Amino acid sequence: MANQPTPTPEKKPVAPEPRLVVTAWPHVRTPESVPRIMFSVVAALLPATLVGLYYFGSNAAWTLLWSVGAALGAEWLIQRAKGEKDTLGDGSAAVTGLLLGLTMPPSSPWWLSAIGGAFAIGIGKQVYGGLGHNIFNPALISRVFLLIAFPVEMTTWPVVAPPFPGLDVVTGATPLGQLQIGRLTGKGLGEAVDLSLGAAFVGSIGGSLGETSALALLIGAAFLLSKRIITWHISITMLFSAALFALVFWLIDPHRYASPLFHLLTGGMLIGAFFMATDMVTSPTTPRGQIVFGAGCGLLTMVIRTWGGYPEGVSFAIVIMNAFSPMIERYTRPRRYGEVRT
Amino acid sequence: MTGLPAGVRYGRPIRGGIHPPYGKELAADAPAEELPIPARVVIPMVQHTGAPAKPVVAIGDVVRKGRKIGEAQGAVSAPVHASISGTVTAIGNFLHPSGREVPSIVIESDGTDDWAEDVVPPVEPEGLGADALRKIISEAGIVGMGGAAFPTAVKLNPPAGKKIDTLVINGVECEPYLTSDHRLMTEHAVEIADGVRFLRQILGVGRVVIGIEDNKPGAIRAMAEAARSLDGAEVVALETKYPQGGEKQVIKAVLDREVPSGGLPMDVGVVVQNVGTAFAVHEAVRHGRPLVRRIVTVTGPGIAAPKNLWARIGTPINDLIAAGGGFKGEPGRVVMGGPMMGSAVYTLHVPVVKGSGGILVLHRSDTVTEEYRSCIRCASCVNACPMGLMPNFLSVAAEALNFDEGKKYYPYDCIECGCCDYVCPSRRPIAQQIRFIKTELRKKAEKAKAKAA
Repeated sequence: MANQPTPTPEKKPVAPEPRLVVTAWPHVRTPESVPRIMFSVVAALLPATLVGLYYFGSNAAWTLLWSVGAALGAEWLIQRAKGEKDTLGDGSAAVTGLLLGLTMPPSSPWWLSAIGGAFAIGIGKQVYGGLGHNIFNPALISRVFLLIAFPVEMTTWPVVAPPFPGLDVVTGATPLGQLQIGRLTGKGLGEAVDLSLGAAFVGSIGGSLGETSALALLIGAAFLLSKRIITWHISITMLFSAALFALVFWLIDPHRYASPLFHLLTGGMLIGAFFMATDMVTSPTTPRGQIVFGAGCGLLTMVIRTWGGYPEGVSFAIVIMNAFSPMIERYTRPRRYGEVRT
Repeated sequence: MTGLPAGVRYGRPIRGGIHPPYGKELAADAPAEELPIPARVVIPMVQHTGAPAKPVVAIGDVVRKGRKIGEAQGAVSAPVHASISGTVTAIGNFLHPSGREVPSIVIESDGTDDWAEDVVPPVEPEGLGADALRKIISEAGIVGMGGAAFPTAVKLNPPAGKKIDTLVINGVECEPYLTSDHRLMTEHAVEIADGVRFLRQILGVGRVVIGIEDNKPGAIRAMAEAARSLDGAEVVALETKYPQGGEKQVIKAVLDREVPSGGLPMDVGVVVQNVGTAFAVHEAVRHGRPLVRRIVTVTGPGIAAPKNLWARIGTPINDLIAAGGGFKGEPGRVVMGGPMMGSAVYTLHVPVVKGSGGILVLHRSDTVTEEYRSCIRCASCVNACPMGLMPNFLSVAAEALNFDEGKKYYPYDCIECGCCDYVCPSRRPIAQQIRFIKTELRKKAEKAKAKAA
């Protein structure tokens, strides 16, 4: 810089030359961040968590503590072993642990929750390379693993007895379980299923810890939608396609098939649609792809519920659609500006 | 904006885009003031796209304002003129806003401010043909004032096969904080319209569409009023959204035409010129004055008294910051241009150039740099991309140094607006990564070509 002009005496810099930060454009950024997204999801799950705690008491608290704790522990241990900086602070492991816990039976033994949390992070996420690289929703792949490996423990449902049930857990089938038994034993719908939709709305029904109250889940969903952390594309198409499927069969034979509303309010349809299928990492990034993905989730759920061996289909449906996500994305790219079609 | 003036319609929405904090209120209502003549100017020979100008003065020469000091070189280039009267004291490499050192000419002021003797208004410009007008524009050193700084005369000379039917005047000014075009339109609408008249004369087109974002109602009113003197001109109000003023975006918004991928506006019969360019054309064709000054917005949360200044080309930005009352708080980033596409400088000795619309000072506390995280595929960038690209895949491909993979996602269509960076919750430098892919692919292509030859 031999020729750099020195400031002339009468034209001094306004202040001593400040130390300036030089970076590439853009120089402003959204305040949104990965931790903010993740902790917003945690906040959105709070109503459902509280309802779960209200109806299922200390059992539920222990289930959640073990699943979240194991998820965080696994994340920390594995990243330490890999020599990476841990990413506990981004909140993603906490979300995974919480989501898993909320979809477990509230009376799960501690080791079931712990295995689930560790599997979700270890096999569901870290083996792929950590946040952003996994193919399947970590919480759901872990739930599917638990369902297959521990079918008895994963389908032992305590009957709701708020507040705070005693030590003896009375178990019973969930509404979808009753529907399944009814189907297998050839009973009619009214005979087999004992469910008031009002109970399903507030959450006083048997089922997983955090998915029994439609109201609580909808409050959380409204929060996420209003913060634009999720968009309508996946959730609404999933619910719509499931409802449409149910409606067709219900109209054909209302004594054998449950109503669309029954299907929307039971068995994790809502938590799946708003909190699981919308997992950013494992769903398509293209708007049209999200619609296809959501429709696929809804349809597969209903196919499993109607003809499958499991009473509940949401977990399997979403995990299967996760696998299709890259392909869906490839065929639903947005139209480019000035795209020349040949 | 409610209640558009008569004859003003709304444009079409553009795809994607973002709504960053605009900060226009800081300087929008401040009329442009004349910055005192600087004691010294450093005038780079590179203020345009194309070949650098070649100095045609020597150290010790006494020059007056408007005297040509750098000659255009080659087909795409632009001459450079003295912006003040005084003595040439140095010719050599000096710092440029881009961060590089480029050949420049230093002039020390003698306190006078008279135009050079050869600055005389052309006679009867309305009667001049396209070639004569283009020559005046080219000799006046006029380049695109919107930032890209492409030589205007070249842009006004489309190849014979390209039929131009519409002139689009870009008064969008979508970069946050900047208000120089806003002030120019509000205060000099008549002059801009006069410049448009000559631009139209050159291109031989009847239709003129002037696009302005709806956050500048004063400018829309003034331009709508001035456009009445131009037969076949209309003003179109556009949604306030970045990057509404991108060339391709503004064409889509006002005409509903799309420049084909890899093509130019002339492929759809359009030439786009910035309002500042139209004003400069007026100055040159009506008064014979070369481009030696422009309005620069000095603004941002780190400036004590944000304002708009008529500054001579070559004025160190230090002078402009002083005129803006100096810094408020501790400065973190000083940006030449807007916050989205401007370039950060590391010293206040860099000069104002023809394409400098503003100087933005951000606080130290707003200048947090943090490590970026993995892509969580949140789709924010896919939704924000005004070109319909998938920046997420480009970003990941660049990170993996997999340029061939990156090529599948159309990096060449990227207009480098930075929307993807802005929205990314993982703080990934996506626009830079796309640029990286483009550079590497180009290098690779050149290598392959050299091998084949």
